[in-house]
Amino acid sequence: MPDLLSPIRRLGHATTERIWRLGFATRFFFLLLLQSGASFRRIHLTIREIFVSGVLSLLIITVSGLFVGLVLGLQGYETLQRYGSTEALGILVSLSLTRELGPVVAALLFASRAGSSVTAEIGLMKTTEQLKAMDMMAVDPIARVVAPRFWGGVISMPLLAALFSAMGVLGGWLIGVVFIGVDDGAFWSQMQSSVDFRYDILNGVIKSFVFGVAVSLIAVFEGYDSVPTAEGVSRAITRTVVTSALAILALDFVLTSFMFRGTS
Amino acid sequence: MNRSVLDFWVGIFVAIGIGALLFLSLKVGNLSSAHMSESYVLQAKFDNIGGLKVRGPVKSAGVVVGRIADISFDSKTYEAVVTMNIDGRYRFPKDTFASIYTSGLLGEQYVGLDVGGDEKMLNPGDVIAKTQSAVVLEKLISQLVFSKASEGQQQK
Repeated sequence: MPDLLSPIRRLGHATTERIWRLGFATRFFFLLLLQSGASFRRIHLTIREIFVSGVLSLLIITVSGLFVGLVLGLQGYETLQRYGSTEALGILVSLSLTRELGPVVAALLFASRAGSSVTAEIGLMKTTEQLKAMDMMAVDPIARVVAPRFWGGVISMPLLAALFSAMGVLGGWLIGVVFIGVDDGAFWSQMQSSVDFRYDILNGVIKSFVFGVAVSLIAVFEGYDSVPTAEGVSRAITRTVVTSALAILALDFVLTSFMFRGTS
Repeated sequence: MNRSVLDFWVGIFVAIGIGALLFLSLKVGNLSSAHMSESYVLQAKFDNIGGLKVRGPVKSAGVVVGRIADISFDSKTYEAVVTMNIDGRYRFPKDTFASIYTSGLLGEQYVGLDVGGDEKMLNPGDVIAKTQSAVVLEKLISQLVFSKASEGQQQK
């Protein structure tokens, strides 16, 4: 009875396929770390990738950070007004940005802006057999192509998240203080008295660093592992964005539960 | 090593990123106001600390003079031991009174230091002898309710 068994067989095939890919991704990660020395010895390769993934993402990060801050300012004011504590707007905006929104939204934007382009680049290199050509010339494609892109993303991500948070706070200030008229001194002083450097800001930076590693690894792996056809590359790009988004949100939950466990 | 235009842009990017981090830590966070480098420790024991939290403020005359460093439970006396880091610029007399107050009706709780008139000062590491516990709202309400109830019985 082949018809009855075939769905089960497909399920089994899909499962082993996933596990195989997970194992390959882990091995790929260790290979990548082993070959990373070259990307720091030949630093111009990494700098080029910081330019591609970091500098070119500046605009989208700045603008979206500003708008997220504006929205937070408006919505926060709307709610805080009911309890007569609009001076706490600064706390609300800055804490939600430095702890959660900054790292998470910046990482989501980074995955779709920079991660997808890295996957597309590596996937196309594979399709046009450039990676194989490098191998033939005794140039390790992981050291020459993959590692610089990975480290470029890892270095860019915390900087972009910090910029996002800073722009968001400015946006909240713009709405709260300049347009609505919350007291300027209360806005900043309440914010400063309740945002802790180690507890809030440093934890946010750690989060964005972890997201940077996750997004960059997913992006380079999906590109390296893509099926070398036009369709395969496009599928790999889709997978990069979807997997990155899931990984960011899941990791965020795990990190938050470790970092902010009911001490404050 | 020849410098390229790319390096310039990456330099700008890194500078902006570090600038944003500095802005966050100096203007948003309290790294600049956390100049309590020379702080000393005082302890106080309370019967009940209510909702007091670590890192909460210690105030005297409404001015923040320190932060709560640690809260623990003394299993011998069954009291809460609150350890406070006090700014080294401020000293308090021996008969200082430590109480737990609430800022506003629903605000955070803090330790208030009410200064006495003693000539001698508290030394670093000292334990404040006189304390007053947090006001537990439920107890107040139940006291009110029961006193009203007993009044009603007497009138019969």
